[in-house]
Amino acid sequence: MYFDFANVLVFLLLGLGLSGMMLGLGRLLRPSNPLAPKLDTYECGEPPTGSAWINFNIRFYLVALIFVIFDVEIAFMYPVVAVFRDWLLSGRGLYALAELLLFIGVLAIGLVYVWVKRDLEWVKQLPAEQPTDLSRAA
Amino acid sequence: MKQLVLQLTGEGGALAGVPYHLVAALAMLVFGAIVVFVFVLPVAGVTSWLERRVWARIQSRVGPNRVGPQGFLQWLADGIKNMLKEDIIPTAADRVLFSIAPYLVVIGFVATFAVIPFSSTLVIADLNIGVLYITAVTGLVVVGVLMAGWASNNKWSLLGGIRSAAQIVSYEIPAGLSIFPIVLLTGTLSMQGIIQAQGWAPWHWFLFHSPFTFAAFFIFFVAALAEGNRTPFDLPEAESELVAGFCTEYSGMRYLLFFLAEWGNLYVIGAVVTTLFLGGWQIPHVTDNPVLLAVLQFGVFFLKSYFWVFIAMWVRATLPRVRVDQLMSLCWKYMVPIALVNLVGTAIWMTVVPARVDRLVQIAMTLAGVAVLVRFFLRVRFQLRRAKLRAVDYYYSPII
Repeated sequence: MYFDFANVLVFLLLGLGLSGMMLGLGRLLRPSNPLAPKLDTYECGEPPTGSAWINFNIRFYLVALIFVIFDVEIAFMYPVVAVFRDWLLSGRGLYALAELLLFIGVLAIGLVYVWVKRDLEWVKQLPAEQPTDLSRAA
Repeated sequence: MKQLVLQLTGEGGALAGVPYHLVAALAMLVFGAIVVFVFVLPVAGVTSWLERRVWARIQSRVGPNRVGPQGFLQWLADGIKNMLKEDIIPTAADRVLFSIAPYLVVIGFVATFAVIPFSSTLVIADLNIGVLYITAVTGLVVVGVLMAGWASNNKWSLLGGIRSAAQIVSYEIPAGLSIFPIVLLTGTLSMQGIIQAQGWAPWHWFLFHSPFTFAAFFIFFVAALAEGNRTPFDLPEAESELVAGFCTEYSGMRYLLFFLAEWGNLYVIGAVVTTLFLGGWQIPHVTDNPVLLAVLQFGVFFLKSYFWVFIAMWVRATLPRVRVDQLMSLCWKYMVPIALVNLVGTAIWMTVVPARVDRLVQIAMTLAGVAVLVRFFLRVRFQLRRAKLRAVDYYYSPII
């Protein structure tokens, strides 16, 4: 088994070597003639306005958060589904099934919650704010 | 391969006396390099040429047909041309991240080939966690794409990069969940183990095992297309709105490396789909000759997986791009719940349904699959007749 894992490591190195070789070979062949206008940021030919390292839409963070929850779920379930068959064959299938259902049930509730809170909508509609009565507040 | 190394270093072997680890490391490097240069690079390159030809035919154009017979060597010409192009790194960009982003994408793509089982013997490393490993290393592509988008310091790149990251991570969930029904059925994560649990005949494939695995197959394929940034999910590189998305600022070889990985990943998608659902390299017993057997199995595996590459090209030439909100709601509101139902359904199916019913269902599912195919071809014939093609269209050669 260590032999196989060493092989995988070799493949990661080969991926590195392949791209390194292609770029290195290109370095010997390609011209290098940097000019200020050439190295400018592309913005459809206009002079670029400001940096692009800005705050971006909060939706992407929410997607990332939901992803993390479900990806951890997947990571936890790999061992369970891998041994499920053995448990079934040894007559403990219903226990395994109950545990699997419980785990997925908890997650499904999470998905339903996110759905009901409308966080799966890309354009989230917030409830319209009630106009406050300023005369009474004062 | 381990046997080969042991044979070489053992008593009376050609390399007796040379340290075992040295020979093993060299053998791994040599075999890996052979796989990468003889198989991976040509497959990715030829796919790029074939895809352009297939689109061209679908869109009544000719496509690249000048370099070599039928333009077959176009991919080599493109590679050489890109190698001779200047490598431009914008002054505003983060030089280090900008330079290493293509490396990560290519590593994430090449590393998957270590576990793809081309035949019962032709596999570099039959890991006991093969499926998990594939989902893990393809995750490197997200990091590379996000890095490219952020490091370019360009608004198009930034939008393309974060869109791509959101899309890939979202679709990883249904893809991951659709692997589980198969793992439940086989009880192993090894790619070879999953293939050995199937047979050569379609009714032994996991595609037709139960309604749940049938649904899981489609969810997996669509999610894999979305993970590979393919149309109809190619929002990260949407030309009409984002110029070239995360690779707007890239040029020459670095640009090519992103697309090498994209086209190569198409084959990886096909190979994984074939392994999980379509019986992999399984063929009926025809020969005992190990070499001939390996060749036949390799041929069957390659054709099956390349068929899905062709389907992906077809889809790309046919469907328009989806909007970003449609993309997200398709994933989270349809595919994730259906994938969860598939998982639970398969687990209950295994506990409840007896083996004899299982067999009947497999045959019924296969017949249903055949019926769908027949219906499809009848529909195509109907459309062709309705189009009232003139004789000249019929005799229009597919090869120009």
